[in-house]
Amino acid sequence: MTRRAAAGEAAGQGLLRLSGIHKRFADGTAALAGIDLAVARGEFISLLGPSGCGKSTLLRLIAGLDRPGAGAITWHTQPESGDIGFVFQDPTLLPWASAEHNVALPLRLAGIRRRVRHERACAALAAVGLEGFAGHYPHSLSGGMKMRVAIARALVTAPPVLLLDEPFAALDEMTRHELNDDLQQLAAARGLTVIFVTHSVAEAVYLSRRIAIMSARPGRISTLIPVDVPAPRAPEFRHQAAFGAICAEVSAALRAA
Amino acid sequence: MRQRTRMQRQAKQAGAGGTRIMAIVMPLFAGAVALGGWEFIVRTAQIPPFVLPAPSAIGTALIAGFPSLAASLWQTVQITALAFGLAVVSGVGLSLLFSQSRIVEMTLFPFAVILQVTPIIAIAPLILIWVGFDHTDRALLIMAWVAAFFPILSNMTLGLRSADPNLLALMRLYGASRLQTAWLVQMPTALPFLLSGMKISGGLALIGTVVAEFVAGSGASTGLAWRIMEAGNRLQIPHMFAALILLSLLGIAIFFLLSLLETLLLRRWHDSARPQAWR
Repeated sequence: MTRRAAAGEAAGQGLLRLSGIHKRFADGTAALAGIDLAVARGEFISLLGPSGCGKSTLLRLIAGLDRPGAGAITWHTQPESGDIGFVFQDPTLLPWASAEHNVALPLRLAGIRRRVRHERACAALAAVGLEGFAGHYPHSLSGGMKMRVAIARALVTAPPVLLLDEPFAALDEMTRHELNDDLQQLAAARGLTVIFVTHSVAEAVYLSRRIAIMSARPGRISTLIPVDVPAPRAPEFRHQAAFGAICAEVSAALRAA
Repeated sequence: MRQRTRMQRQAKQAGAGGTRIMAIVMPLFAGAVALGGWEFIVRTAQIPPFVLPAPSAIGTALIAGFPSLAASLWQTVQITALAFGLAVVSGVGLSLLFSQSRIVEMTLFPFAVILQVTPIIAIAPLILIWVGFDHTDRALLIMAWVAAFFPILSNMTLGLRSADPNLLALMRLYGASRLQTAWLVQMPTALPFLLSGMKISGGLALIGTVVAEFVAGSGASTGLAWRIMEAGNRLQIPHMFAALILLSLLGIAIFFLLSLLETLLLRRWHDSARPQAWR
């Protein structure tokens, strides 16, 4: 119980505080009812819950793509355009543009010169393991590679915050494991604050420092569970007793939610 | 093993190439058989040329009358091309306006539909009176434009509305302007829709021109449709067929050119135009 209490008060410097967030869907049903959450700088936090619990809605509110009906989202420093990277459930690439031009899109919108765009887009592609694929069009890339391009695009502006909305849900398990490892390496190396929406217990436990368990209709955070294992974690972590124990705890909390 | 798969692939390619050749040869063969049968029946049954001319008679009429038919063809090509160009420019322009303002769309779209559902042949006399009988060309142009306009407007409007909502959210996230969103996301999304609208519209521009020429009739019109009427009145049926052949060829050329444009613009990214690599 004390461990959970400690999990509520995030360690480190506060980056973002959600207080009393309410949101209704267009048809009037409550999507989110009273979300309170503090996110620390550099932490990896997962929002885990059944479909329809409003976790994607919450992520869009944090990104500023939508406004809460009530409540406040308070940033330590108000993010500007390019300070938040967002990865959607689908790769959401421009099918008529090459991988490089897709990745360079945020830079183009920021009015950055063509030559600089080229360098930074290629660097971002290299960071996600896609050197040599700059000229490829989305249709010639696999699902996992497309998702890598989407991650490269989200990282190309070097944002301190990365928001991911069930990014790997449509991928096969092996590809998902690879992308999980690469994501946690990138997050650790760059000191990113990551808010990760998922419905996979194992994925949440493997990646997160804290897991916010959400309940549905109306969406609220029922429990916060810490994963006190230093990051980045090795793939063997998936087979250790501690991993199984935390998964069991998270699953129980999901059922109770 | 590798040797065998390569041979299989080569065999498959040869098969695919064979299919492609057959797709050209077989229709030509069927056409030749039909023409031969036609010639044979006309000759053996001694059908008079003012009822059904033999293909050879039509060919002779086409060659003999070509200089004057070519002038008529050129007239029809000009009106059709101009009307089509106007339809593309005005249709794209109006749909862009619609995509920026829901109120403008709500206000104007019903009138576009009224323009579309009213048969042009019914408004043709009115247009002729409005523009004056000494400006028949303008009347032809307006009628062909009305016929060709709607597929562009409706396809482009649908295309602009079909942009991926997540891509639009992405553009908002990075603070894109309306112009940037339109240029970088909405217009490329709409391009396949526009090109398919253009294929319909190109044919309709020709139909509109022909109908307009029929209606304008004895005025200053000298296009191919007028030549068909003229030949019909004089019972010069081979000439009628000759003009008809040129109209068909023009229709085929329009469709072919627009299909080529579609392939050139979409082959690098759109599923409809990419070679089927994995079959």
